[in-house]
Order: sequence, then C-alpha cells, then structure tokens
Amino acid sequence: MNLKRVGNQTVVFANPPVILSSYSVVGPKEGQGPLGKTFDAVWQDNINGNTSWEIAESKMLEAAIQGAIEQTKLKSDEIDYMLAGDLLNQIISANFAARSVGLPFIGIYGACSTMALSMALGSMLIDGQFARNVVVGVSSHHDTAERQYRLPTEQGGQRAMSAQWTVTGAGSLVLAQSGTGPRITAATIGRVLDYGEKDVNNMGAAMAPAVADTILNHMHDLNRNPKDYDLIVSGDLANVGLALAKEVLKKSGLDMGNEFTDCGVLIYDSSQDVHAGASGCGCSAVVFAGNIMKKLTSGEYKRVLLVGSGALHSPTSSLQGESIPGVGHAVVIEA
Amino acid sequence: MADEKGVIRMAGKNLRPPTIEVTPQEYQDLSKLMTPKPTLAKNIIRAFIVGGLICAFGQLVINFLTLVGLERSEASTAATAFLILLGALLTGLGVYDDIGKFAGAGSIVPVTGFANSIVSPALEFKREGYVMGVGAKLFTVAGPVLVYGIATSIAVGIIYYFIH
Repeated sequence: MNLKRVGNQTVVFANPPVILSSYSVVGPKEGQGPLGKTFDAVWQDNINGNTSWEIAESKMLEAAIQGAIEQTKLKSDEIDYMLAGDLLNQIISANFAARSVGLPFIGIYGACSTMALSMALGSMLIDGQFARNVVVGVSSHHDTAERQYRLPTEQGGQRAMSAQWTVTGAGSLVLAQSGTGPRITAATIGRVLDYGEKDVNNMGAAMAPAVADTILNHMHDLNRNPKDYDLIVSGDLANVGLALAKEVLKKSGLDMGNEFTDCGVLIYDSSQDVHAGASGCGCSAVVFAGNIMKKLTSGEYKRVLLVGSGALHSPTSSLQGESIPGVGHAVVIEA
Repeated sequence: MADEKGVIRMAGKNLRPPTIEVTPQEYQDLSKLMTPKPTLAKNIIRAFIVGGLICAFGQLVINFLTLVGLERSEASTAATAFLILLGALLTGLGVYDDIGKFAGAGSIVPVTGFANSIVSPALEFKREGYVMGVGAKLFTVAGPVLVYGIATSIAVGIIYYFIH
C-alpha cells in the first residue's frame, strides 16, 4: 500500500494539488530589488506602524495569507487547514497570524526550508484526501531575525563577506483538490546532513550538502536529470552555498547546468550591499509566490523544482560549539 | 560519524546511497576555498582613518577645554563624557551603525563604540520592558568587555601591589 511513494524519498501525487492563488508581501529593501515588481504588496518601512518588529512580521504573514485566500473567492470554512511557520522562537509569527485567521492550524518549522516543506505537506494532505483546500504560508523579517540570532540592529559593526541578509517578506499559497493553476506533482523530503560547518555567518555552506543530497535523490527516485526542468531553484543558499552545491553535485556525477539558481541570489542585486545574498523563510516564499508563479502561469516555465534549504541550528547550539545541520525539501511544480 | 569526543555529528558515512560523494573533510576544504575572504586591507585602512578621526576630534575637545580654563585631567574626563554622549546620540539617530559598517574596528574600539554597544541594546530591548528588557539586556554586547576588563585590572592591581 505504498502507491504514491517512489524510490527512496519521493512522493508522486496521484491527483496533483492545484495552486489556486499566491500572495506575497515584502519590505522596502526587497521592493527595491530586481524582483520588486513581482510582489503583490511592498511595505514602506519594516515596521509598518506596528508596535514591534515581531508584531509587524506576524501582520505581514497574516496579510499574505488573507491575500491568497481572498483571490480564490473561497469561503473560510472551505479551507480545511492553515500550515505556516517562521524563524522566531516557538514560531510566534505563524501562531499569532493563525490566531487572527481562525483556521485549523498546523505550525511547522523547517527553518528557511519551511515554504517548500509546507507545500509538500499541504499537497500530501490534499492528495491523501484529508483536506479539500489548504492555505500555506511563511514569513521572515530582517530585524526580528537580527535581534534573535545576532546583535541589536543599531549595533555598529561589519558583516562577514559570506553573511546573508534575512529577507523581510511573507508568501502564501492556496492549494486545492481541483481548479486551474500550476500543480504540485511530486515532493522529495530531505534528510538532515551535517558536514561540519560551524560558522553562523556562512549558512549557505552549512546547507549546501543537504540540498545537493535532496537533488541527487530526487533525480534518482524519479529517474530524471536536470534537463527535465526549466528551472531548479534552491531556497536561500546564496552565492557561496549555490557555488558549493553545484561543485558537490558535479563531484557526485550530476552536472546542473545553467537552470540551477537560488532565490537568495535572485532577490537582491549586487548594489544592495547584502554580501553573499539573501536568507530567511520569506526568501523562497516571496520569490516563488511572486516571480516563479507568474512565469508558471504565463507558460514561460513548464516544470520547476523548488528546493527549500534550512539551517537547523539555534543561537544556543552555535554558542555551545555545535556545527550547523542542514536540510533540503524539494517540490515539483508544473504548469 | 563520531568525532574525538565521541559526539555523533556528521552525516555522510552511514547514509543510504545515493548521496554526495564528498567526505566531510573534503567538503570543509572546498568550503574554505569558495568562501570569500574578509577584505582586510580595505577594512584596516578605513578603521585607521575613522578611528584616527574620532581620536583627533577627542583631542580637539580636550585642547578647547584646557583653553577655556579646565585642568588637563578634568578636560580629559569631560572630553570622554562628551564623546560618549555623541556616540549615544548618533546611535539613537540611527547613524552609528552606518558608521560602524564603514569603519569596523575604527568605530568600535574608541569610547564612542562603547556607548554604541550600550545604547543599541537599550533601544532594541525597550519593548520587552525596563526590567527584563533594558535592565537585563543592557550589557549583552558590552558585558564581556566589562567582565574581562575589570578582571584584568584587578589582576594587574594585585601584581602592582606585590611588586611595590
């Protein structure tokens, strides 16, 4: 009775869930970036009149989720689950957004891989006939992440060249049993890999082996190769991690070619002084909900592989000298 | 894979194939090679210029204060207080982190940087209240400097006492 499982780690959906709608909200820096025009809403500043960064992040996630739901014209009692997560301790952004949205809520944590993870789980719920419609969403916020993981935001210092800039953004999708839109056809849940990277300013390097492992297994399970995709995009490896993942895959016999890129490389340009690129749950969420969804809908992309990448450490584990485990979760989206 | 302390840490040995054909050691070498190095020369020159400017400004204040009649030691104390005020003010205005991004150690080491390291957590953690926020978090950045600075001065004081 393992009909939908293929190979070692992959599920292929019998009735691929449809992405009915998508919505993205970002901060000003993301709005000024090269993908600025693809987002549904751009805030003028990072706090948007709220009383704290944390409340602002939660409101941003709520706005993304409500935005995605409104576009579908579905009534709220037709949506069976909300799946959401973020980077803050005890995933408070998602919890507080769920309090306002009022749907049955499954909180998930996969660090920055949470968007791809929520898409995979939401699709499993729908294809498994546990739900008709599911809304998924994630958020991250530059200032909440800085103060939780690093230093006070007004502290004057220099960031490492390999450091990544946490995206202020929230993205959301409504997945459904039927309807029109791109479909999620398969998902590969990743294993947690740790190749000993300890530098919290080099998270791309910590996550690259796990992303490479997931891509290898995905191709192996489905007997595909990178040429079968119009786009293979990782979540937030940024420049250092993407180069490492390509190199590692090449050494493992998989030449990725030019179709392999990274949301953390796409969202900012070099003039924005972000060093290695972007990070955060919101990074892959808003790039997918904005840019990639538009290109899937327009037919420019026929088949996309989104590989969310997560660094599964905490400030405590890093202070205690532990290395950073990484994970990659992949979902296939077809127009 | 267990390291010398017996801690299970790295995957790669016992994973079901296929997996990446790189050992943790090879990966760490590769990562070192591909991670961009800090721009040392640029950072040092900027730190030297900005740090020097802050100190020269401090000296100007001292000179001015002695000119208007303060004792040398009093002028020095007053100038330090003035620089601390300036560092705090620029942090509050949201300018000091931009200076710090440009100058690095050049604006961290002078006393203005110390002011920045106290005022930035004070601003940051005000939302968690004055006791558990500002009160408890005020020295998150400067705390280690104070602890080891004071500890060293005590040790030096004891040594000085026995030598004389």
